[in-house]
Amino acid sequence: MRGISVMILMTLSFALAQPITITYWQYEFRSKVEAIDELIRRFQEQNPGIRVVHQTFPYDAFQQKVATSIPAGQGPDVVNLYYGWTPTWVRAGYLVPLPEEWARRVEREFVPMVRAAIVEGQLFGVPTAVRSLALFYNQDLFRRNGIATPPRTWEEFLAVGSRLTLRQGNRFTQIGYGVAPDGQDHHLVREVLVRQFGGQPYSEDGRRVLYNSPAGLQAFSFYTDWVRRHAIGVPGFFPGNNGYRDGFIAGRIGMIIDGSFAIGTIRQGARFNLGVAELPRDPNGPRANFGSFWLHGLTPLATGPKREAALRFLEFITSEEAQRYWLEKVGELPASRRLIQDPALLRDPIYGPFIASLAYATATPFVDETAQRRVMVDAINRVLLQNVDPAQSLRLAAEEEQRILDRFWGR
Amino acid sequence: MRWRQRLGDLLTLFLLALGGVVMVLPFLWMVLTSLKPFPEIFELHFLPREPTLENYEEILFRTGFLRWFVNSLLVAAITTLSVLFFDSLAGYTLARLRFPGRNLVFILILSTLMVPTEMLVIPWYVMSAERGWINTYWGLLFPGLITAFGVFLMRQFFQTLPQDLFDAGRIDGLSEFGIFWRIGLPLVRPALAALGIFTFLGNWNAFLWPLIVVQTPEMRTLPVGIALFSGEAGTAWHLIMAASSLAVLPVLLVFIFFQRQIIEGVVLTGLKG
Amino acid sequence: MQLSLRGREVLWASIFLAIPLAFFLYFRILPAFQALYLSLYDWHVDPSQRRFVGLEHYERLWEDPLMRRALSNTLLYSLLGVPLQIALGLVLALLLQRVPVARDFFRAVYFAPYVTPVVAVAWVWSWMLSPHFGLVNELLVFLGIPPQPFLQSPSQALPTVTWVVVWQNLGFQVVLFLAGLQSIPRQYYEAARIDGAEGWRLFRHITWPLLNPVLVFSVVIGTIGYLQLFTQVVNLNFTDQGGPLNSTLTLALYIYQTAFLRFDLGYAAAITVVLFVLILAITLFQLKFLTRRIEV
Repeated sequence: MRGISVMILMTLSFALAQPITITYWQYEFRSKVEAIDELIRRFQEQNPGIRVVHQTFPYDAFQQKVATSIPAGQGPDVVNLYYGWTPTWVRAGYLVPLPEEWARRVEREFVPMVRAAIVEGQLFGVPTAVRSLALFYNQDLFRRNGIATPPRTWEEFLAVGSRLTLRQGNRFTQIGYGVAPDGQDHHLVREVLVRQFGGQPYSEDGRRVLYNSPAGLQAFSFYTDWVRRHAIGVPGFFPGNNGYRDGFIAGRIGMIIDGSFAIGTIRQGARFNLGVAELPRDPNGPRANFGSFWLHGLTPLATGPKREAALRFLEFITSEEAQRYWLEKVGELPASRRLIQDPALLRDPIYGPFIASLAYATATPFVDETAQRRVMVDAINRVLLQNVDPAQSLRLAAEEEQRILDRFWGR
Repeated sequence: MRWRQRLGDLLTLFLLALGGVVMVLPFLWMVLTSLKPFPEIFELHFLPREPTLENYEEILFRTGFLRWFVNSLLVAAITTLSVLFFDSLAGYTLARLRFPGRNLVFILILSTLMVPTEMLVIPWYVMSAERGWINTYWGLLFPGLITAFGVFLMRQFFQTLPQDLFDAGRIDGLSEFGIFWRIGLPLVRPALAALGIFTFLGNWNAFLWPLIVVQTPEMRTLPVGIALFSGEAGTAWHLIMAASSLAVLPVLLVFIFFQRQIIEGVVLTGLKG
Repeated sequence: MQLSLRGREVLWASIFLAIPLAFFLYFRILPAFQALYLSLYDWHVDPSQRRFVGLEHYERLWEDPLMRRALSNTLLYSLLGVPLQIALGLVLALLLQRVPVARDFFRAVYFAPYVTPVVAVAWVWSWMLSPHFGLVNELLVFLGIPPQPFLQSPSQALPTVTWVVVWQNLGFQVVLFLAGLQSIPRQYYEAARIDGAEGWRLFRHITWPLLNPVLVFSVVIGTIGYLQLFTQVVNLNFTDQGGPLNSTLTLALYIYQTAFLRFDLGYAAAITVVLFVLILAITLFQLKFLTRRIEV
């Protein structure tokens, strides 16, 4: 009897002594890779029984990589994904829900936008960092044209935009605002302008499209008029992936509205003094901003002891300590409510305007980010490229998007 | 009539030069961009104002570029050799040997070109996961070892040859394989050279499957590596241009080598029949 | 065992084709069936949770406006691209064959675009075609023509993409035709010249008929390629994939987006089946009507 129990004990302790290996996937971006490597190092120090394998892939084909690997059983246990992909991934079985307490932790400790990681009452991931939008402007270009401060209201914005636009016939050599429907502008219309004009893009449960309202139409036409009436910019000014950012870096665009994730790239390339300001708004009207984030989720491959290990790892990389390290190393804003109240951050000339918006930034509850994105981009392009009446274009978009939502939730 | 010949030559030269400019301008632009530092690439002048090799330094010493290069070279070279052999054998059989169902087999093989690779990637990955081919050289190689493209090409070229040459071979007592190897192959040298170039290039630029089957940085191939230079926060065009300029070199070398074979093929085919 | 001559041929054909056929069956045909079979199901990572839906995806395809758009775009690409590529390729090959000097140099020049990675080609061309900064518009303005939006316009984007694809593929086409031209024995030309023929007549009666196998290959492979156009479209439209207002969307791109961005693999498989049938039908048609037996 004793002999057998000793043997069992030995086998058990031997099995426990084997490190549990979990795999973490994210897309390749140098500072993020280095940050995760460091966090893994610290985690493994504190958790000698767990080994974390870190693998990275090109951003352009990241979803494809995940889509192919998990069904074959050889893929990540913890995966980094854009929050907007969550419902699609959940429906197709690529993510498993996190324990109940985590959802409560998110509600308590994280900025409001993170609630978008909750799908049908269950939480599917937690972020380390979050992002929002702000107005980037070229201080030197402003100064050269006698503009002292960044625009606070939309009227000022239009005035500045017109002043900075130079054209010969239909060809522009410099524009005031980098119009980019397929960049951040579709987010701008949906989450910021519609709300600022008093409307609401979607219903509370995210299942109905509400931007086809008088307020929504006002917001939409206001945006399309930037090109059609005020000519403060033109889409596709600079070709390429996110050409609006490139044009801004090249000093040919006075202002762009971009996410905080672009700070590094812009600083690296810009040969002028960079300024960042909060999005223009009517001083008496509602504040609005589009927030987004990349979250870390759990895949169905993390079973048994791997699940415990993965959850522990998840908790570690979303802790406040990790978020502080992430801000310093990668330059992305922390997701924790407490951390964003740091006065030093609020005073920072570049980060400040973003931080201020995190308290009220909302994240669109996408169910099929690719299709819904296309709906809004097409709505804008129909007006700008084919001269379709904004009311008609917006109506078409609302109908199309409602069909997408219905198909998803109806299943 | 000599002047007519001369005029024709001059016209040919002129047209080719004009077309050549259209052909080569974008290529030149790519190389020139690779010599500009990042902030300069959006300034709209053709020549670099501050030419620099820093982009090349960056990709050669601070990324896995050299490793990706070697991987791509290995995979492309091995696949090309395999394709040259098997595809020509199959093409020869379909063109010159008669057997029942020949046309059906040809259509069957051709049909493998009609399903885009993107959909095959999942069954391949499942297959590879089950057999341990993930992240291995064999995993990178296997889908491209025999191609319907090459079989079709070789079949077309083998069809143009006169039958009496092959009959002569049979009369001389050569084995069937010998007829293929000694008589058939040398006569289609231009086609083999073309196939070699296309196959090498196709594999060199392959992105989809190498992306899926590779998990670690050491096994990445060139197109997968170059894709890393673009992300959510922006695209590092200066690095992409530098990497692309370097990536072109081996293929150009392969081309220069093989295209001589295409010309030399004339001498032999001229002796036919 | 004594085999007849015919029997011998059949035996050797089987031996030669054994490995290639086995390869195709195992690595191409079987996986294709597995992938296409998914079109009868609603995709889920866990096979036990995949719901059988029968022909539901196909019904949805029938009503899908994006599918119709992708289909018509795809056909348009082929109708524009294949003849242009072959005509230009043939002309260039003939010119390259007879150019008196710098033959190697010209060959390399015409081949260079084909070996250049698509991502670089796309970026350079998108700059050359830029409505505000592009060289092409500079030229047009110089010639008195108003600047064109090209890739920014829903009506011009598709032909523009087609042009870039043709431009890149010319190297391929030229090499192919050069190989074909070199395979025509000199004797035929010499004999015909002795009979007094030259120039155009030589081309019509010797070159053209004897190029038929290469021409058929070019048309079939070219069509299959254009019907599956994907990489160049993706690279030229950057963040608005499928072009302004879906004007450059192809079936292959639609399949990719559906499968890997929307994780709807069942629907993607259904689109793939449609694409496959389309390509098969067109290819069979082309093989039947374009192939001419060569009487030497």
